Amino acid sequence: MNLPQIVQYCFAGITVGSIYAIVAIGFNIIYNATGIINFAQGEFLILGAMLAITLNHFVALPIAIALSVVITTIVGGLIEIVFIRRARNASVLSLIVITIGISILMREAMLHIWDEKVRSLAYFTGTGVSSITILGAHISPQVLWVLGVSAVIVIGLTPFFRYTLTGRAMRACADDRMAARLCGINDKWMVTLSFMISAAIGALAGCVISPVTQTQYDMGAPLAIKGFTVAIVGGLGNSMAAVVAGLMLGLVEAFTMSQFDVAYKEAVSIVILLLILVLRPSGLFGKREIAAMRSL
Amino acid sequence: MPNGKQILKFAAILFFVFSIAFCRIAFAADTSEIKIGAIFAITGGASNLGSPEAKTGEMLVEKINKEGGVNGKKIKLIIKDSGSKPENAVSLAKQLIDEENVLAIIGPSTSGETMQIKNICQENKTILISCAAAEDIINPVASFVFKVPQSDSDAVRQIYRIMKAKAITKIGVITSNDGYGVAGGKQLANLAAENGITIAFSESYDKQETDLTGILTKVKGKDVQAVVNWSIVPAQSLVAKNMKQIGLDVPLFQSSGFGNIKYVQAGGEAANGTIFPCGRLLVAEELPNDHPQKAVLIGYKNDYESRFKEDASTFGGHTYDALLVLTEAIKKAGSTDTQKVRDALENLKGVIGIAGQFNFSPKNHSGLDMNAYEVLTVKDGKFAIYKN
Repeated sequence: MNLPQIVQYCFAGITVGSIYAIVAIGFNIIYNATGIINFAQGEFLILGAMLAITLNHFVALPIAIALSVVITTIVGGLIEIVFIRRARNASVLSLIVITIGISILMREAMLHIWDEKVRSLAYFTGTGVSSITILGAHISPQVLWVLGVSAVIVIGLTPFFRYTLTGRAMRACADDRMAARLCGINDKWMVTLSFMISAAIGALAGCVISPVTQTQYDMGAPLAIKGFTVAIVGGLGNSMAAVVAGLMLGLVEAFTMSQFDVAYKEAVSIVILLLILVLRPSGLFGKREIAAMRSL
Repeated sequence: MPNGKQILKFAAILFFVFSIAFCRIAFAADTSEIKIGAIFAITGGASNLGSPEAKTGEMLVEKINKEGGVNGKKIKLIIKDSGSKPENAVSLAKQLIDEENVLAIIGPSTSGETMQIKNICQENKTILISCAAAEDIINPVASFVFKVPQSDSDAVRQIYRIMKAKAITKIGVITSNDGYGVAGGKQLANLAAENGITIAFSESYDKQETDLTGILTKVKGKDVQAVVNWSIVPAQSLVAKNMKQIGLDVPLFQSSGFGNIKYVQAGGEAANGTIFPCGRLLVAEELPNDHPQKAVLIGYKNDYESRFKEDASTFGGHTYDALLVLTEAIKKAGSTDTQKVRDALENLKGVIGIAGQFNFSPKNHSGLDMNAYEVLTVKDGKFAIYKN
């Protein structure tokens, strides 16, 4: 392999890695607030993208995306109020199963509202054929958008969870719901809020990746599985780690592809997931002690 | 030892079972309508195929029945959704054969699904008219299994013909890892040597792939003169985009699965210049007025587009053809006896449909040849006949 080729594989890895990362971030919000994994996260992405594509027929792209984020946020909140809140005494596992149900429901609803056809949002800069050349290799400008938006989300979320009262209250709910309630935190609304933020991030992510991945009603699940893998590998709850892990997984897949049959790349990511689960259940960047305490 | 009560219960159950069985025979003997089953991938990965196929079936049967049916009998089309899953196709086929006693099954939409039910239909002596393209469906010939789309081997021949004209000898092949992609990859490999083509690279990608820059980077490293992509999944509009993005500036050939304007729209500017063999429906208006297919094509296109407010696709045309050859065979047989209809279908000649002119024979259960394909290209976001 010569240099441009190596750089090109890096870019291929960054392209998929950035998509994995932005999907993974959404998982972390709800996990941070409730300790559950929301398997409907992929559907939030598709819903956001579908809404933006439809709205884009009537209004300009930035407004369409903003509106779709708002609508998806409301949908996310409603889903929590209607489905999750009712099952307040359910265990974490049953709640996770409920989210799987929600994902199926949303998928079928989207099939009926839109149809089975593939759509995609316009490229934010340039078109499908434009690319930026660095060191003899090429990358689509949209990938930079995906990375940029991920960075903005992560940079915004970290202080939110660390320093704001609401953010800290959300984390408190995840740690010990009862104790948080005793401190006067309205735990119900914290969970609703976490679903809303998660849906908003999902919708934004869906819009940003739509030009690259295209959007079809049933694409949410495969995206969510990859995002989930990345969230686990990075360490659940840590958005910064999710971005790093996403890019790493993308790069590993790209270089696996360069040496072996393309079919093996999925196997490699599954092996990495298994290794992490066995050797470092807290994720690459998680602290062991915290994971140990959580499981108590 | 079973006591009297148990025996009574057993007898009651037996009676029940038999009476149900009788009902069924009674229904089957109801000769006022012809029951035809259909299995389409209305949802799932191949929904771009199944949806127009189901709509066409609905529309055409309505039209046939309005015009008095076939041999004075109305047609009842029972449409089932396979969700694009071969395992569903199996149970749906069994359901249609055992419970509905259909005369024939139209579909399934994809080659993978069709191959799963080929033997079931053959063993149960139910006519199967597939809407999928793979050569394997009719080769080796199973006496009850037919197909109406053009063969993938003929598509490959058309692609290689264009390549020869363009002096292309070294190509890279990428396929989706489903029945359609695997079958196409096989035909490309089989016919390469006799056409003087070297396949320098051939690998498949996941059918749910959302980005193909990785595999195309690998293709780029092989210095090929052209890329062939064989798939029916949405990823096929990514190929053109990703090739342009990584600066792989060689001609792109796609399979006939590209024949849906939605893929061109999703591919955007990058899709321009894509070369692919396809039926003539997409370029019906461009055909000369004396072309034998023109009237049929324009008629179907107008009917479909005015009713469903969306562009007609070749896939819907497959249902049209399947119903057309089946009804012609029933008319010719003058009966709805499965064996007689099958014999008539096997010897049906000169029927002009959407895909081309059908000339079935005991050896050729697809009825079409290489000329059923026109080579198309994309020009300014629209399909056009390819000219050297």
